[in-house]
Amino acid sequence: MISLYHPAQSLIHSIAAGHKVLMLLILGTVLFQVDRLEILVVVAVVVVACYGVAKIPFRLAFKQLKPALFLLAIIFLAQIFILGLEAAIFVVLRFAVLILAASLVTLTTMMSHMIEAIEKGLSIFGHWLPVAKISLALSLTVRFIPVIGVMAEEVREAQRVRGMERNVFALAMPLIIRTLKMGTEVAEALDARGFDSDDETDAKSRTS
Amino acid sequence: MIRLESVNVAFDGRVVLENVTVQLQEQRIGIIGLNGSGKSTFVRLLNGLQLPDKGTVYVDDLDSQQEGRKIRRRVGFVFQNPDNQIVYPTVREDMSFGLKNLRFPKEDIEQRIEKALIAYGIEHLADRLTHQLSGGEKQLVALVGVLIMQPEYIVLDEPTTLLDLKNKRLLMSIIRDLGQRVIMVTHDLDLLVDFDRVLCFHDGKLASDGQPASVINEYLQLCDQ
Repeated sequence: MISLYHPAQSLIHSIAAGHKVLMLLILGTVLFQVDRLEILVVVAVVVVACYGVAKIPFRLAFKQLKPALFLLAIIFLAQIFILGLEAAIFVVLRFAVLILAASLVTLTTMMSHMIEAIEKGLSIFGHWLPVAKISLALSLTVRFIPVIGVMAEEVREAQRVRGMERNVFALAMPLIIRTLKMGTEVAEALDARGFDSDDETDAKSRTS
Repeated sequence: MIRLESVNVAFDGRVVLENVTVQLQEQRIGIIGLNGSGKSTFVRLLNGLQLPDKGTVYVDDLDSQQEGRKIRRRVGFVFQNPDNQIVYPTVREDMSFGLKNLRFPKEDIEQRIEKALIAYGIEHLADRLTHQLSGGEKQLVALVGVLIMQPEYIVLDEPTTLLDLKNKRLLMSIIRDLGQRVIMVTHDLDLLVDFDRVLCFHDGKLASDGQPASVINEYLQLCDQ
């Protein structure tokens, strides 16, 4: 989610984020109703073809599946013993198609559009939920995960040059302090850039 | 015009700024002083990030105690560390943050972003992830993120500290061409040579105020003490 967006001009990129998320939900539901392998293969081919339409390189597409390969392998082996080879292929293919489809959505949707779609979805509950704040919190989370990662690496390096190798507790304390300090500065920057934390109509005007 | 009248600021009983009275109306004003002299607190007063304990701060006759939000929309602020100022994961998205806060329509936001990206020569960064930018690129993005909101004043708190020489020159060339009034805190004295006015803070007081050459000279003498 953090670094997935792959900029390109394509039909899939141009589809509204909300529609893509909705299509993903429908696909996920339908896939679990399908019980014929040939239909699943056709869906898989269509999803892979969509990567081509979205001009996403094969290497990047495979990268989305790679972290799940180990888990898929375990599921595959377990299913062979429980239900047999064909069922194992079926289950693993279904998961792979879902992962690829979900990755396609994040690869072709800018974070701000995704967050706008979430805002739109949440706006139904606008009277009960602070929609603008939830939306901003999502953006900030995505934005600052890599920043905190870099910070952790800096603290670790500083400790290593002073003779301390791995120590989770020694890492946690300075990291928490730096993160809190950064939080204060980010809050000031939000103020300075005109974010009105008390004004919920802000979100409503954005999503209307 | 920005006006401070008898302003005092203290943190935990320690006086950080004492009885500062000054009017700021020149196009480019530099702020200098030793570490802990009160210069950052001074500039934070100018857009209401910091409120005075005593005295008043007026921006175009708006009192910072009463009209903080309006003042922050008039006075853009660029922080020393751009990492804490950039809010969204990509440059284009981050540009939209301030404009959304100003409630521009979506189409207008997109047009303004395109114009700003081209005007400041960062269109090649538009879809880059902000955490992958270099320090200079981040500072530029932070500055443009503020400029796109078209504030009447730009306050910069040591914007060149983390930059190499090339990026420092690039940033300064943009700052020199700005139509807005600029108030910049810096330790790079050579950047202030062609400014209209320089203020020097020392121990929370306005120690000297005037033409860059004379104020810088006094500051250098202070440093030697």
